[in-house]
Amino acid sequence: MVTDSEAKAVALSYLQNLQVQALGQHDRKLSFQLMECILDHYAGAIRDLGDVLLYGICEAIDGEKDPDCLVLVFHIIESLAKLYPDPSGPLSKFAQDLFEILGSYFPIHFTHRKGEDDDSKREELSRALLLAFASTPLFEPFSMPLLLEKLSSSLPSAKVESFRYICYCTPKYGSNRMVKYAQALWSSIKEATFISPQSTVSAESELMGGMGFQDNDIMTQAFVLLQEVIQQDSIFTNLVLSDKDINIFVNSLIESMDFGDIPLLVRQKLHAAGHILSVCAKSSVASCNKVFETYFPLLMDALVISPAKPSQESYLDDDCSFVKLNFGALYLCIEFLGACRCLTASFDNFTLVSDFANQTWCAMLHTFSVPLMKGFISFLGSNIVDNAHNAFAYLCVKGLQTLSTFPASYVPVSKPLYDSSLLKLVSIVTSEINKTFLWTSALKALVEISLFIDKCPDSERASCFKSTVVEKIVSLISSGDITTSSSLKLQAAYDIGATRKEFMVKIVRGLDEAIAVHFSAAYELGNLESDKFTTELLDTYSNRVLPWFLETGDSEEIPIKFALSIWANIENSRCINPRHPDNARNLLGATMTAMKKAVGSCTVEGQEMIMNKSYELLLASNCFESMGFQSDNCSIKLKVLQQNHNFDSSTHRYEWLISLFASVIIALRPHTCLPNGKMMMQLFISAILNGHVPSAHALSALVNKLPSQITGINSFRSISLEEALDMIFGSFIRTSSNRSMSGNEIDFGGLKLDTLRIQSAKSNAVIGLAWIGKALLMRGHEKVKDITMTLLGLLMLDGNIGDSNQLQEWNEVCDEENVHQLVKCAADAFHIIMSDSEECLNRRYHAVIRPLYKQRFFSSVIPILLSLVVKSESPSVRSMLYRAFAHVVSDTPLTPILSEAKKLIPILLDCLSILSMDVLDKDIIYKVLLVVSGILTDKNGEEAVIGNAPRIINQLLDLTAYSPSMAVRETAIQCLVAMSELPHIRIYPLRTQVLQSISKALDDPKRIIRQEAVRCRSAWYVFS
Amino acid sequence: MTLGLINANPVVHAKKERHARTDDDDFLAVDPLEIYEHVRDIRDPEHPYSLEQLSVLSEESVTVDEKLGRILITFTPTIQHCSMATVIGLCLREKLKDCFPPHFKVDIKVAPGSHANEESVCKYMRQAEVRIGLEILYSLLLDGLSWSFLQFQPYKPLTTRKDDKWEKKKIGIRNLNLKY
Repeated sequence: MVTDSEAKAVALSYLQNLQVQALGQHDRKLSFQLMECILDHYAGAIRDLGDVLLYGICEAIDGEKDPDCLVLVFHIIESLAKLYPDPSGPLSKFAQDLFEILGSYFPIHFTHRKGEDDDSKREELSRALLLAFASTPLFEPFSMPLLLEKLSSSLPSAKVESFRYICYCTPKYGSNRMVKYAQALWSSIKEATFISPQSTVSAESELMGGMGFQDNDIMTQAFVLLQEVIQQDSIFTNLVLSDKDINIFVNSLIESMDFGDIPLLVRQKLHAAGHILSVCAKSSVASCNKVFETYFPLLMDALVISPAKPSQESYLDDDCSFVKLNFGALYLCIEFLGACRCLTASFDNFTLVSDFANQTWCAMLHTFSVPLMKGFISFLGSNIVDNAHNAFAYLCVKGLQTLSTFPASYVPVSKPLYDSSLLKLVSIVTSEINKTFLWTSALKALVEISLFIDKCPDSERASCFKSTVVEKIVSLISSGDITTSSSLKLQAAYDIGATRKEFMVKIVRGLDEAIAVHFSAAYELGNLESDKFTTELLDTYSNRVLPWFLETGDSEEIPIKFALSIWANIENSRCINPRHPDNARNLLGATMTAMKKAVGSCTVEGQEMIMNKSYELLLASNCFESMGFQSDNCSIKLKVLQQNHNFDSSTHRYEWLISLFASVIIALRPHTCLPNGKMMMQLFISAILNGHVPSAHALSALVNKLPSQITGINSFRSISLEEALDMIFGSFIRTSSNRSMSGNEIDFGGLKLDTLRIQSAKSNAVIGLAWIGKALLMRGHEKVKDITMTLLGLLMLDGNIGDSNQLQEWNEVCDEENVHQLVKCAADAFHIIMSDSEECLNRRYHAVIRPLYKQRFFSSVIPILLSLVVKSESPSVRSMLYRAFAHVVSDTPLTPILSEAKKLIPILLDCLSILSMDVLDKDIIYKVLLVVSGILTDKNGEEAVIGNAPRIINQLLDLTAYSPSMAVRETAIQCLVAMSELPHIRIYPLRTQVLQSISKALDDPKRIIRQEAVRCRSAWYVFS
Repeated sequence: MTLGLINANPVVHAKKERHARTDDDDFLAVDPLEIYEHVRDIRDPEHPYSLEQLSVLSEESVTVDEKLGRILITFTPTIQHCSMATVIGLCLREKLKDCFPPHFKVDIKVAPGSHANEESVCKYMRQAEVRIGLEILYSLLLDGLSWSFLQFQPYKPLTTRKDDKWEKKKIGIRNLNLKY
């Protein structure tokens, strides 16, 4: 522990003996750190050193150039200022000397740029210097002249920095000291923003009537400064308002200019002037008064608007449109309104309103708000709203928005007027859909108005909004006209609904009605337009409405109602008319997604309710009988439906029922009770064999979530996992009557052939098995092994392993082509098992997911696959094994692959060369190539890559000419670039070969490939 | 004696913004912008600025005919007496050689009226082209290949061209108008 006296002794010794600037960089840094520490922690001890300390520090820091040390120096000065806060204390004598040292660093600028962290270093230094500048008001006589001088510099960064520094220093120095600079500051700000504005036209400027500007850094900082100084001192407002340039500009603009021929510079100036004046008005009530007194009457004159007479106030029918369209005046007027609106928002609710009613600006707004609003409304209603008047229309919408969002106590807008302004905006939203920009801004205005009602509760306005806007929008959705731009209408409905729950509920009711009407039209009559519209409605539901309710909390009621109403719709419509199969498919897909999301967001009780309803419906519709079994006994009599296009209407209806029922099952929570598990399993199993994929999803969801033990009273109706698996294996896989299924012995051809005499059913069974395998894998059940073995057995089918009986049996059932199809299907089953699915078995639908399940599958399957590859002799078997291998590898995370890289790389390369023979496999090739590139770019894979470098490069070079897929070529070339970073001694021998082959890619038809090839060539040229 | 810079204070122009091109769905022909992308960042021999910044090159100064396989680049030296014009030209040629397949013929010229010795610079560039053509011819002969215009070996880079025997041979056939 260092005592105060010791600290003082250290400081004294430091000041007397240490010549800091004579030291090296590291030692200087240390000594500055020491001084900083003494100043920060032993301030009391060294305070009475006074002049000695100050002099010593001046000497120590004079001429410092190293950035790291400078940060410390600036901090030391800041601490010094804290040490001697007294304006007549010892610091006052040394302020000039200290600032002379300090000021020479402004603005921070590196003469020798070193590296990439220059910018962050500069930022840090500049911040420290800023704090030092503002540390004491004693610096003011020296710093302000310097900063003002730098403002007139031609270097943009110096200007930005100066504005920033002044802005920060102003409150620190205090307004007394700053008053004398007011004139100089104002002229600098004016120069930067108004005289020579540097704003650039922003992207949507054309739509905003050419008034959308992006300020550059200088302007932004200048405006920030303006705001700061105006809040400090009212003298500034006077300066701005008495400024001749702005006055003349505004007057000339009001008198002469017509929109359309306003040059860019004038528009930039208008933008700047509007901004300056609104900053003034925003800052305080007093300055707002002044601004209004000076300019507002002028603007109203220019727009030829006369103050409202008391009798006029509540009538709309008198003509009150703008007699003269003056763009400049309108623009400024809107800016002013916005500023007032900001001013009122800054008051809290408890400020006495009566105080403000007497203020000039408030009084002026009172008199002019009514005619202004009428003017806006009638302008928007007139026929001249075309493209040339976009700018005016935009301003009018903005004006209406601002006036409607004033708290009622400040600017009373009468109910009829409020009503009619809302009506105008809504009518734009409903009828002007083709004028995109006007439409968007009107919608935005409505959303803002609604949000404002939410913020400042006002029951009258809320009911007004509800009856005018929400009702209108709801009727828009449910109205008959569905042909044009329904997606925009739905967007409008959602945007407005999202502002308030009450509105959303109403909108949802409208959506429900619309769905009910159009659903039956689409479903029964096959009406094409209804079809599309219903699909959009359902999409809105699943993508926007349901997530919104989920976010806002109480999510239960709406999804249940929605799901039940869909089932009711199905129930009510007896037949189905599949006139447009594609559209019908879209509609079914959209309905299923919406159903899944709705069920997924319910609690267990809600899910049970939906479940029971759907189950009843399913029973009532004879669905079970039609699928070929009776509900009382559990044997399955498979009746395979024909998979061609002569579906009769009842088949379609069954398809709908089963699909929707499957959607419900997919999204269930693990604890939800099932009404009759066995029956459902049978239903899904038979549907799977008919090629119904959603049923496979549903079955896998069941298998994934079923409890392994059944307890309690519901046991007679429910089904446990073991029972379910027995049922599934019993119908898909040959039971172990003639061969054992235990251990690692592969049971090829294990599919139950006698029941599956039709080719498509076998493929379907394989797909079903894959999904069930995925479900078991995800919950970590050991039976997934049986399924894997069955699939592997199928893969070996092409070859001649196995006994002749088996093959004979196969040949009886199907020809070679069909076997090939089946085997391919089995290989692709590995993709289903490994990949993530959007449809089912994910977190959103409450799947049971054990961590690292992919890694586990990878490490158990890959050794078997590799040994099979070695054993197999037939090329077709090999190619199928490689295909399965590719699927497994490409969906596994990179880490386990890297640890096995040495073993895997040769196989991966073989895999690439075999797969590249078939054009259809380009997607698989791409995925495998991504795995290869993952190994190449990872540090851990380097060793394995070096060992196989020649083979890898040969394979990659082959792929650079792979014509079916550009992505493959591109990735192959990028892999080659990555290869060029291996140790030179390994790859130098390959250089000529690479350069030769890659020059062919220079002539590739695709530009991206050519560019990559150039990069690759230069990478390989480097080590010549 | 150390020579001062020939143009000590060049006018520096702003770099043009680069837009990532998104039109990647069709088979795209080589266009001037693609060539320009390759050469715009070449540094000037005298200054730490790119040729683009010094306005030596612009997108308009590149023309290409993909069918005939010809690229023409016309550059504008910063001053009339720029002794670096030939160096710039060689840089351009060397850079493009690596970026395009051998069947493209690259012509490099000085913009008319921009250089005092316009003729001699252009002539030098033509000679350089003949020299590179001969190099290809030589490498073909070394490899014992027959004349084939499409299966060229890649060029040897310029740095390996310090072969005395080869220099002598070159003089004899300087005026051979080799088209490749």
